[in-house]
Amino acid sequence: MRISRKSLLELGAPALLLVAVSVIASLVSVGSQQDFITALVNATIVIALWVFIGNSGVISFGHISFVALGAFAAGLMTIETIVKPNVMPDLFPFLQHHSVGNVPSLVLAALIGGIVALVLGAPLMRLSGLSASIATFAVLGITNNVLTYWEKIGPGAQTLSLVPETTGPFQALVGALIALVIAFAYQHSRSGRLLRAAREDPHAARAIGVRIERHRLVAFTISGALAGLAGGLLVHQIGSITTNQVYLDLTFLTLAMLVIGGASSLWGAVVGAVAVSLLDSFLSNAENGTDVIFFHLKIPNGGSLLILGILMALALLFRPNGLTGGREASLKSLVALGGRLPRLGKARHTV
Amino acid sequence: MTALQYIVDGIALGAVYALVAVGLALVFGVMRLVNFAHGELITAAAYTLYLTSSWPKVFACAISLLVAVGLALLMELVIFRRLRYATPATALVTTFAVAFALEAVWLIAFGPQGKSADVLSSLNRTATHGSLHIRWVTITMVGVGAVLLAGTGLLLNRTRIGLEMRAAAADFRAARLLGVRANRVIGTAFLLGGLFAGVVALLLTATQPLVTPTFGLQITILALVGVVVGGMDRLVSATLGGFAIGFVNSLLGDVLPSSQGVFLTSFLYLLVIVVLVLRPGGVFVPGGASARVERV
Repeated sequence: MRISRKSLLELGAPALLLVAVSVIASLVSVGSQQDFITALVNATIVIALWVFIGNSGVISFGHISFVALGAFAAGLMTIETIVKPNVMPDLFPFLQHHSVGNVPSLVLAALIGGIVALVLGAPLMRLSGLSASIATFAVLGITNNVLTYWEKIGPGAQTLSLVPETTGPFQALVGALIALVIAFAYQHSRSGRLLRAAREDPHAARAIGVRIERHRLVAFTISGALAGLAGGLLVHQIGSITTNQVYLDLTFLTLAMLVIGGASSLWGAVVGAVAVSLLDSFLSNAENGTDVIFFHLKIPNGGSLLILGILMALALLFRPNGLTGGREASLKSLVALGGRLPRLGKARHTV
Repeated sequence: MTALQYIVDGIALGAVYALVAVGLALVFGVMRLVNFAHGELITAAAYTLYLTSSWPKVFACAISLLVAVGLALLMELVIFRRLRYATPATALVTTFAVAFALEAVWLIAFGPQGKSADVLSSLNRTATHGSLHIRWVTITMVGVGAVLLAGTGLLLNRTRIGLEMRAAAADFRAARLLGVRANRVIGTAFLLGGLFAGVVALLLTATQPLVTPTFGLQITILALVGVVVGGMDRLVSATLGGFAIGFVNSLLGDVLPSSQGVFLTSFLYLLVIVVLVLRPGGVFVPGGASARVERV
């Protein structure tokens, strides 16, 4: 791994952004605090997505299943053993009689995400393009279906509640930073470089001996583990979870965050996650009525989704490579952000 | 006779899925765009049917079809025309965004509760032959599906615009160099896609008249899965894939014991994964077993 001053900035800029979000979270009122913590948790999910999608170029619809597994594992194992038999009578005895602390539950969430990704990835990473995307989508469908109906491993269609709410601004920040550093390390590793080479030109990469499937599997496993960790953070943030909270909507939203930020850079992943997440929270609050500096804003039910959809479409039409143009943070781009808007990016690919 | 009953039901649902699949595959063929917003065309037509349910049926159906076609063309003109040179990921997520926004429009306009588009439910009457019970809607689905698919086949193989569309699907840039008008072929693809989405809405509301904001989403996602499993690069294989997933879905629903019924989705997707791993290029594509390295 080569780390130059330039790459320090590439790690430092997104890290600083995450720290800033966390600091703001600890300064604002309790009500708005959750919005900023959500941004950090979403950033963790999107960083996890980026490790695989950004480096391999294969779009995965399945990562939210690792988030779901992480969330349910961490949630289930931190609920007190006394209440478990009452709320979930059909649980396997082993799950019913054991509980772990906060940090072990997060480690467990990451382990489960990583192991499941490794096992599933072994056959799936042979696929590419849309076939791979649809296969990962099938994984999401199965995970959701099994979690919703198999009451031996969880609450089934009920809400998993009574989970300790340990994810505050600090834990969310630590989680997001761990994900960021691991993602950065992978980006600069040999495997990460080879995988990006394969993303740009699979034929040429194969011709010089890159074993694409193997590197995809490495990236898939790492990103599965990070997604699991993010799930753990999520369940400890909101204290309860249902299977539908970690299904299609979250899949679309996090993918949108990644692409709007700029899918080919880690900086883009963090910027997109923070920007879209805060916008989403702001708009949802506005549905219930919120005070913007000078006036009271209230939009009709569903209005937040409409505005979010339109803004997302506009962002992509005018900046097809994402807000960051898919480039890593550099002094030049940061100065440009402060001074003037960068030029509208031209898309690279042709039809 | 139950086996025959299952098969007939399966064929009917397969025909509906095939129509969704053709719509998706036509657009993908000429633009390489996976259009998640396709389902919103179905929803739009279904809501139009609800709004016009007191009108004469022929008018109500015609208007619904027109709305679906109009919305499809509008989407192309306003949004997707600008995506022709975008990366596939950008294009895909933009179609999410469009679907998001339209879903929100339905939510604001019609509320989260379902609205009843009870126009064609008279088709639910049963025709009985021996122990075989066939609802008229089943017959209609199979008939309409067959006619439209055959019509598409004729259009693509016997007309100039069909030839141009096939050329564009094979190599868009070369086709343009040879004088194929991009806007015309892409517009035609969206027009046909919208028309089929409208027809699907008519057929679906006959069996389940309750229209919700996510009415068209579920069938579109599943049809898309079918299209990829079948083989997205060719219209015939994509359509067969759509048909197959509808057929298998209906069949699994009939044969799974009720205790396992809730896991239908899992069985279906497990099958999808197995098939994709074994034949990544598509089940219905000759030589599809050979792994492809393709653009993402």
